[in-house]
Amino acid sequence: MSAATTEDVACTIKPPVFLGFRSGTRERPSGVCVVDVVLPPGKTVDIERISFKNFYTAFLSIRLQRRSPGREGAPAKWCTALRDCPLMKNPHTEGGAHDYYNLHRKQLQVSADEVSCVRLILKQPSWSWSSFGVEDVRVYPRAPPPEPDKELSEWLLALETVDPPVQGPAVDAAGVSRSLQQMWALSQVMQASQTSTASVGRFDVDGCYDIQSLSLT
Amino acid sequence: MDEGTEMSLTIAQLVRRLKGSHLHAQMERQARECLHQPEIQLESLKDDVRRFLRTSGWERKLQNAVHRELLISRLPPSFPAPPPEHLKEPLAYMRKAQASWERRILKSLNSMSTELGVPLARMRPVAEQQELSNKWNEMGTDEPDLSRFRPVYAPKDFLEVVVSLRSPNHDSGGDVGARSHWGLIHVPLDVKDITQLRGVYTELGLAEGQLGIDDNAHPDLFENNYIDIGKKALAEQDGAAAQQYSRRGCPTGLRADLWALILNLVNQPQDAMHYEQLKAGVLQHDLLVDKLISKDVKLTASNDDYYFVFEDFLYQVLLCFSRDAAILEHFKYNSATPPKSYIQGKEEDEDFAVFYPPNGVIPFHGFSMYVAPLCFLYNEPSKLYSVFREMYTRYFFRLHSISSACSGIVSLCLLFERLLQTHLPQLFYHLRQIGAQPLRIAFKWMVRAFSGYLCTDQLLFLWDRILGYDSLEPVAVLAAAIFAFRTENLMEVTSLASAEAVLADLSTLKVMPLIQIFLFAV
Repeated sequence: MSAATTEDVACTIKPPVFLGFRSGTRERPSGVCVVDVVLPPGKTVDIERISFKNFYTAFLSIRLQRRSPGREGAPAKWCTALRDCPLMKNPHTEGGAHDYYNLHRKQLQVSADEVSCVRLILKQPSWSWSSFGVEDVRVYPRAPPPEPDKELSEWLLALETVDPPVQGPAVDAAGVSRSLQQMWALSQVMQASQTSTASVGRFDVDGCYDIQSLSLT
Repeated sequence: MDEGTEMSLTIAQLVRRLKGSHLHAQMERQARECLHQPEIQLESLKDDVRRFLRTSGWERKLQNAVHRELLISRLPPSFPAPPPEHLKEPLAYMRKAQASWERRILKSLNSMSTELGVPLARMRPVAEQQELSNKWNEMGTDEPDLSRFRPVYAPKDFLEVVVSLRSPNHDSGGDVGARSHWGLIHVPLDVKDITQLRGVYTELGLAEGQLGIDDNAHPDLFENNYIDIGKKALAEQDGAAAQQYSRRGCPTGLRADLWALILNLVNQPQDAMHYEQLKAGVLQHDLLVDKLISKDVKLTASNDDYYFVFEDFLYQVLLCFSRDAAILEHFKYNSATPPKSYIQGKEEDEDFAVFYPPNGVIPFHGFSMYVAPLCFLYNEPSKLYSVFREMYTRYFFRLHSISSACSGIVSLCLLFERLLQTHLPQLFYHLRQIGAQPLRIAFKWMVRAFSGYLCTDQLLFLWDRILGYDSLEPVAVLAAAIFAFRTENLMEVTSLASAEAVLADLSTLKVMPLIQIFLFAV
């Protein structure tokens, strides 16, 4: 899982823009908010995943501004990568309101390569909530593919071409005994090294359990 | 995350949790011992050993263990994993409310210890240990002076905390008209409506035979055949099948074994050893919590017509329960946090930090009623203890901690109120007008999962369904169904006291017809 060790890309998260519509002189909320995640100027990223923590957003759409591949100097184009992905089971209730999300590139409808800006369009149609948004947005780049280990693959190929053993009448008793002994030794090692998850722990400290008061912090 | 990755993560998590368990060691030993058998060939070793484990029943045991782990871990795996507090409880304000409630309980316990001059924990002198060991099987005959002790809290105190919960981001301004909620719970949690409940609890439908209803007819019509199916599930030792079976009730003669199979507690010799170790912990140290347990047993179970005979068992189980550090594991998915303390003289030194009580659970008034009904099923203390522990760490803990889980007490209260308001609006409005909010009456039933309020055979039918559906929602549905059943009388009352009097005695009620009619015939 190389993605775990990848650092997120340094980017600027613009303040959320809540869209409203004017009704006379009053601005009424529309339940739609836009958050732009902008990479440093001139930089693009091949996105592996986008992670964030939800805060009462019901639906998420993502648009990506991508440089057109193979067309240097051409203006970057916007495309929709995700449309109305539900983040909350029910927009009026708490389920999913504080959940952590990881959107992998495979879940996006377009290839998330050479992206210069990520636009998160957040929707919360319910009037139940005072505010909504997303927190701690991080964009993780694609890790470069690992170098193939030529020596290892040659060894593996060599193993695969070994002929299956011939079922002859004669059995090498010493060989079988050696194999069984090796397996026995292996199982002993495994048993010794395993740690018990169901630990029946003692609750005292060296037999002492004299307590004055409970800690309130 | 795509399905393949989610499956890999789930498998990795399950392997990690089962590795090092007693089942793992047993299976390895069996695999080693089977090498002596002639049908195990070296060329096809892996397949032969796998086949052996399958035919000798070990694969089934592994399936049951995996099934149990999948039920316990309710959140789907994600990578990277969210922070631990999110797994305990996703909503920050609920965690805060739970922490605040816990602080009150701890302060209360600290004051009790100081005022009464009773230490939270002390080592028993050897003579006292011997005396307790001698009367271990008859602790009920003891009449200690517990008059100075009082329960740390009762369900009604907890109700006030639940009722005061508010979601900080919830804009309830201008909440009038048909959308307004008449009840006491003001947090907008996701609860099922009748249509969704009908979809989930299909086995309770009018066209389905089940125990608690159809066993009253001639046995050949339903019961005999149903018992045969139960015996088959037991013979196969299939935990998932037993759980599905339990949705229509468990026959009395098979219930103990079926519940043990569903909870994956079959043939666990280490349980007896573990129980003895816990008993040694009880003999060695005397805790203030023991007095609270004794007080609770004397106040509740000992006064109950059905359960007073089990007083000794209750002490044996609950005292050991409070010494069981393995229960601390469940706090990973419980919004509560075990109380912490330090060995005297070593405050602030983390090497001398301990949990108090050792299992992290402070009992409240009525806690012993979680154990009492199980005494009808299991007469061997270590088995009774194991079943209770598993029931508590799967279900009962949710009834006295603040969380957004759908089986949590807050969701159950909201489900109860919504069902009542939607289907019995006239009754709800009337009760509200006379100052008898329905939840104030039903809360104590739900916190105890009806233990001590229904007669035992009916209670066990209800708990069959809790196990069968792996959910406490039937408790809330039954509470609403009881109000529906007594609607006529309740419409005539004019005060909270009279409403409580109408609903004081539930011992004659038959739970399954009530639930069935409420869900499917209203």
